[in-house]
Amino acid sequence: MRPVDTVARPLRPPRTLVALLAAALAVLATLVITAAPAGAAADPCSPDDTTACLNITVTEPGSGPVEGVELTVAGQGQEVAATTGENGRASVPLTAAGDYTVTVDEASLPSGKVLLHPEANPVTLPVALGRSAGRIVQVGDPSDAQPGGSGGASATPGATSAPGATAQPTDEAGTGTEASAGPGTNRYAQLVLAGTVFGLLLALASLGANLIYGTTGLSNFAHGELVTLGGMTAFMAVQWWNLPLWLAIVVATAAGAVAGWLLNRFIFAPLRRRGVGVTQQMIVTIGLALALLSAFLFFYGAQPVPIVSGISTRMQIGPVQISGQSLVSVGIAVVVLAAVAFTLSRTRLGRATRAVSDNPALAAATGIKVESIISRVWIVSAALASLGGVLLALYLNTTRFNFGSTLLLLMFAAITLGGLGSPAGAVLGALVIGLVVELSTLFLPNDMRYASALVILILVLLVRPQGILGRAERIG
Amino acid sequence: MPVEMPVQDVVAQARQSLAGAEHVPGAAKPDPLLVADGVRRSFGGVNAVDVEHLEVQRHVITALIGPNGAGKTTFFNLMTGFDKPDAGRWVFDGKALAGVSASRVAKAGMVRTFQLTKALARMTVLENMRLGAREQPGENLFTALVKPLWSPREREITDKAMHLLERFKLDAKKDDFAGSLSGGQRKLLEMARALMSDPALVMLDEPMAGVNPALTQSLLGHITDLRDSGTTVLFVEHDMHMVRHISDWVVVMAQGQVVAEGPPADVMADQAVIDAYLGAHHDTDLGDDALLDEGGVIDAEAEAEADAEIEEKQP
Amino acid sequence: MDLGQLFTNVLSEMTGPTAIAYALAAIGLNIHFGLTGLINMGQAGFMLLGAYGFAITTIEGGPIWLAFLVAVVAAVVFALLLGLPTLKLRGDYLAIVTIAAAEIVRMIGRSTALTEITGGSEGLTGNSFKHTFQDASPFPDDRWTLGPITLATNSSNSWWLRIVGWTLVALACLLVWRLMRSPWGRVLKGIREDEDAVRALGKNVYSYKLQALVLGGVFGALGGIVFVLASSVQADSLGRPVTFNTWTILLLGGAATVLGPVLGSLLFWGALIFVRGLLRGLVPDGALTVQQIEQVGWVLVGITLMLLIVFRPQGILGDKKELAINAR
Repeated sequence: MRPVDTVARPLRPPRTLVALLAAALAVLATLVITAAPAGAAADPCSPDDTTACLNITVTEPGSGPVEGVELTVAGQGQEVAATTGENGRASVPLTAAGDYTVTVDEASLPSGKVLLHPEANPVTLPVALGRSAGRIVQVGDPSDAQPGGSGGASATPGATSAPGATAQPTDEAGTGTEASAGPGTNRYAQLVLAGTVFGLLLALASLGANLIYGTTGLSNFAHGELVTLGGMTAFMAVQWWNLPLWLAIVVATAAGAVAGWLLNRFIFAPLRRRGVGVTQQMIVTIGLALALLSAFLFFYGAQPVPIVSGISTRMQIGPVQISGQSLVSVGIAVVVLAAVAFTLSRTRLGRATRAVSDNPALAAATGIKVESIISRVWIVSAALASLGGVLLALYLNTTRFNFGSTLLLLMFAAITLGGLGSPAGAVLGALVIGLVVELSTLFLPNDMRYASALVILILVLLVRPQGILGRAERIG
Repeated sequence: MPVEMPVQDVVAQARQSLAGAEHVPGAAKPDPLLVADGVRRSFGGVNAVDVEHLEVQRHVITALIGPNGAGKTTFFNLMTGFDKPDAGRWVFDGKALAGVSASRVAKAGMVRTFQLTKALARMTVLENMRLGAREQPGENLFTALVKPLWSPREREITDKAMHLLERFKLDAKKDDFAGSLSGGQRKLLEMARALMSDPALVMLDEPMAGVNPALTQSLLGHITDLRDSGTTVLFVEHDMHMVRHISDWVVVMAQGQVVAEGPPADVMADQAVIDAYLGAHHDTDLGDDALLDEGGVIDAEAEAEADAEIEEKQP
Repeated sequence: MDLGQLFTNVLSEMTGPTAIAYALAAIGLNIHFGLTGLINMGQAGFMLLGAYGFAITTIEGGPIWLAFLVAVVAAVVFALLLGLPTLKLRGDYLAIVTIAAAEIVRMIGRSTALTEITGGSEGLTGNSFKHTFQDASPFPDDRWTLGPITLATNSSNSWWLRIVGWTLVALACLLVWRLMRSPWGRVLKGIREDEDAVRALGKNVYSYKLQALVLGGVFGALGGIVFVLASSVQADSLGRPVTFNTWTILLLGGAATVLGPVLGSLLFWGALIFVRGLLRGLVPDGALTVQQIEQVGWVLVGITLMLLIVFRPQGILGDKKELAINAR
């Protein structure tokens, strides 16, 4: 069942898990308490009931943000002039909702640069109170300018004989709302906050995979699809069935639990009974992942779908901003993680789970019903994944057929970093990965954020394959 | 340079010269092939191996015995490069081998077998044997593409393999998958395969484990044949009768350390060895039900021991 | 529904550049997994590197032999980078590292930061790098018909590409056949069975695994070149799904056999196009969109992989006794 040459890492009594959660909360708290100097940028603009924000960002693909570009925003009887700051962004607060026309002053572009899409200047955007609207304007060398077409989007590969690639989304490295450091925030602190939030939600999503690995030795490549399931179910619940958000979250979690039960009952338990090896089971999960991914694409199409329309209001806490929704998500994540920690360490179920994780044969010999434990682990793991999926989808502001799949590697990175088979490790690893992903934008272009996390994964495997909290195995 | 002597004489001389060696742990040997110093390995605070000094005489059969957990297999793993020690040096045939990888140790002439046989199950017996040979140019990626470069050597290897298989009475099975052999046959295959490279030292890890008694005698014969043809043999065993029967020298390990060395008869009689290995009550006939009664012999002995211990602890 | 057209499509696709590319990639994967037992989940990364190497060299003005060379060297370097540190780890770990590495290659390729070199997410258009290959063709530029199939002689999905492609496949199969029957192949087989036993026989297992990784990766790179010569170089078209398809193809045809990968590729593409065409013809208009039909095809692929690995892990040509995996 388990590869013979490994010593399964037992689920250590997760006092460390509780300690880690406390640490994460402490990080958040310090961010709130420390009055770090706010970035001396343009006037702070945070949307609230009476204010809308219009953020125009001017960038040069391949080089980065462009400072000092002048533009005018006109509409609803107002006309405002703005200039892009260090981060290439001009943030304009507006007090009336409606359509606004944004005009870029081409004379103010850096010498030798032109707009890549001159036909899109001026452009009209709708603006609503309590929300931010954004627009990216690209500049470049005259030879790069393309006539027609909108800027930035990539064409989906047309050849039908190159399938599986059709409908690959353009920007997969989803940006959380928290990562965007609006004016009035310390960019570094904001990224740390974003990283911590992302990390906690990632921890929630990946904990399940860790539990499954711990008890059955299976690396589940379909775990990403369980995360997507959560997001998609919540989307359906809110947008199609008109349920309130809190109920949608419950429904999504329940859907995950059911899926976990089904997968174990009809696929993995029979495989274990047949004596199918773990490597083969891993390949089964790969096939399953492919089938589920395509099924999601079949049902929901390739376009991103929002669970809730609109962006919840952001609050300024010290040097950072955080949206109300994210605070609640973090709260839920912390509570759930703590509950799992408690279950694993204090309850009989938890002890039995740890026993199975350590040595299934021995656990069975002491009367523990191993199959029943594994079934419960699958249910809980999938439920956690789906819950994580909903919260992540809310955080990243979108859900798409493959958003869980793109997160799969990050989850594996988190689990491996923390130590395969160690739940406390999964949380720790996820926090580190979250921070790495967000903080890497300080040095790397935005679309390479996930790549940096993957590099960390590879490095950890080379230097310390058992992860931070894992135990070194006797290999051979 | 040694005079060219017939092999039997070399072996006989090696065995006789052992008489001069002292019967203490770490004794020096007249013509050692393997010398180990200060080898230590611990797992999580437990000293698995702690051998101060050990010398293995050339051309003889040395047995390594001891209770479970004494560190015998760990010692094997360390010597053959399958595990890294915390400390220690050892020299094999003049070459320092500490820290050398397992494949290079095997190439140097120290070949081992495994407690759980590693017959390559989905390859035929003959293929298993061919794999054991050394210096086959066809094992290089580029040379492999040009058959004439390696087929002469392949023929040589096949001939040698067949000879060994005949000797071990496995020739009839040469085209069968190794996985279809019985446990005892796999032991023989592994031993035969180890001989393909003409090693100087063959290390057998529990060769008798799981072998039915009928096959034991034949295995013993093979091992003595090995020695008689000049190969040095070091083996780990639990079966005391077998050890007594064929070994020229016995090394006893307990709790990671060497506690006794000497010819079989001497070592067996050593009380410390008997206690460590066989347990203090090994003489008592457990077939007697009366022993299980309350207040019986065993109880009395146990009480006496407990009292003795308490007295010792009190200053 | 026009069955005649359907069969023509199936035939054309089965013998086309996609099938060729996947056959080469599967042959490479066969060396990794079928012969040596290495779980490489990043074959698409090798393909992508081969494609970029070839295309970028050609765009920069290099002759065709240099473009091939650069692609091969890129694959070798990638294999060494991956293999040197990870081949000492357990199988699971290699799977995760290779999948991560392939993703990193893809992300770097599509990143806007490198748009000048790699074309970013839009990639490198065909016209920029196909000319040296097309110029090397002995055929005049035309369209020829062979049986029911009409194709261009030289451009993109052409007869020339198919001839070159299948020749490469044949050479690759020949190479694998030779190696499997050689002492080198024997060592690999032993490693697949039990590394420690082979080590105890004096073979440097690490070095052999590295060689297998490199050789299999080179075939992957060649597959990538064929793939993009028929379309364009786009990072997203050689992503994780391509790796999974390659695995399905390998397992379908039979791992550890010479012709298994080829047969697998032929059957896979033939069946997929057939099923898709059939669905398109049978399903009434409007019930399912074209994209949805395509997705149904992929769902079937996923299910096929699952069923294959459980019920017939030796594939079509494989020998159950000589299975690549420890199926009990």
